[in-house]
Amino acid sequence: MKLLRWAAALGLAGTLGTVWAAGPPDLNLARNLAATCANCHGTDGRSVAGSGSAGLAGTDKDTLMQKLRDFRSGARPATIMHQISRGYTEAQLELIAAYFAARK
Amino acid sequence: MQNRRDFLKTAARAGAGVALPGCAMGSRPRGHVVVVGGGYGGATAAKYLRMWSQKGVDVTLVERNPQFISCPISNLVIGGDKQMADITMSYAGLRDTWGVKVVQDSVIAVDAAARKLRLASGGELGYDRLVLSPGVDFMFEQLPGLESEASRSRVLHAWKAGAQTVALRKQLEDMPDGGVYALTIPRAPYRCPPGPYERACLVASYLKKSKPKSKVLVLDANEEITSKKALFTTAFEKYAGILEYRPNSELREVDAASRTAILEFDKVKADVLNVVPPQRAGDIAASSGLKLVNKRWVDIDWLSFESVNTPGVHVIGDAIFPAPTMPKSGHIANQHAKIAAAAILNLLAGEAPNPEPVLMNTCYSFVDSQNVIHVSSIHQYDAAKKVVLPVPGSGGVSAAANELEAKYAMAWAKNIWADMLV
Repeated sequence: MKLLRWAAALGLAGTLGTVWAAGPPDLNLARNLAATCANCHGTDGRSVAGSGSAGLAGTDKDTLMQKLRDFRSGARPATIMHQISRGYTEAQLELIAAYFAARK
Repeated sequence: MQNRRDFLKTAARAGAGVALPGCAMGSRPRGHVVVVGGGYGGATAAKYLRMWSQKGVDVTLVERNPQFISCPISNLVIGGDKQMADITMSYAGLRDTWGVKVVQDSVIAVDAAARKLRLASGGELGYDRLVLSPGVDFMFEQLPGLESEASRSRVLHAWKAGAQTVALRKQLEDMPDGGVYALTIPRAPYRCPPGPYERACLVASYLKKSKPKSKVLVLDANEEITSKKALFTTAFEKYAGILEYRPNSELREVDAASRTAILEFDKVKADVLNVVPPQRAGDIAASSGLKLVNKRWVDIDWLSFESVNTPGVHVIGDAIFPAPTMPKSGHIANQHAKIAAAAILNLLAGEAPNPEPVLMNTCYSFVDSQNVIHVSSIHQYDAAKKVVLPVPGSGGVSAAANELEAKYAMAWAKNIWADMLV
């Protein structure tokens, strides 16, 4: 129940099937996935001021998802994000975008 | 009577997947984790163990150096574009912001059965879980002529950033115009696959500007450039007349006095001889009874980074036997650290580790002061093969060397340093 409320709060109901498929869900899955972005975008998406890398914390989830989809399709020009965004499943990108959106 | 903390410790020691009666999933982890090595892997592990446990888990970081010095970006110091101060950072953030107990010392022995380790200063440290992030040590036994400290201070590696970085820069500054800088590269795998080629470019860039009659000679034990081959081939062509690349040129022996690299069929005398030696897991991992692959790299479980034969000891960074196509890089060590930290907190709370770990790697390389190329990859866990594998259709390299990625390379450095240390 607790998990369902947590998922609903993040708007993840549609992705739960994928998350559940491999076994019991890890409550920290989104956190762990988002941590793979920190090397360039800062811990919890808070990039170092003046570093020249986009901060992701607090970015609207839909905006972030659209950017990631555009990187994947090639619609949005990139040096590296087109290659990186193709390494994650749609469900994983949803978890990552929701996690960063919730970092206020 | 056993208190809750002891009970959790006992349960965690009993191994993964222990069901704790009366404990719902998500119970708070407790215990003491010792992290050995404060580089890209260890510093990240120390911070994330504290951050993700809401400071509930005690963390001690044992590091022999007083400050962190970055290997990535150190080739720019050797080329003269950056100073040591640009790649040197304090451990104060880990200590003051995150409450990590930072101990300047070396670990000389691990007693995994008793879950304690011995320090060079004479003390002992107990742990519930241990993270070893010892990096690499060099297999000098494969390089006759480099047995003595005197020979090693004359023929430098500069493959661990620090005093050797400064010394190599000094040798290049002292080299006369018309001199030869020779760089030898060991067979893969070694720390930072593109690093030697980046170094060759940046030294060539410096010599082209300051000592244009000089030469850069790259003696590669491998049959071809091991990383970003097409991009480095293009970069080397821009240094035509200065830089010469020779594949299949494995170093067999060194005459340090005359700075001569002895190959199978050839001898190369240099004014500055820079030997990147063959490498293996750092001494403490190699001497602690951990199962090694090829007698060199630690065999780990990819869900937790726990040694396959030594419970309670997690190994991350360059010291592990890598997954297919996974490089030994600072970036990937940082990613190992986060998976290990998450898994350790799961285990200390009596939970199973995340069954679907994901790692991402990016390596930027400077081909001159202003232009950069990258390689990227994403690795997802394959439950059937029990290893992380690169995702088909993802990752790749730069289209061409460019100035925009020089900005991103420095943004990467600033953010990953903060991700580890601040």
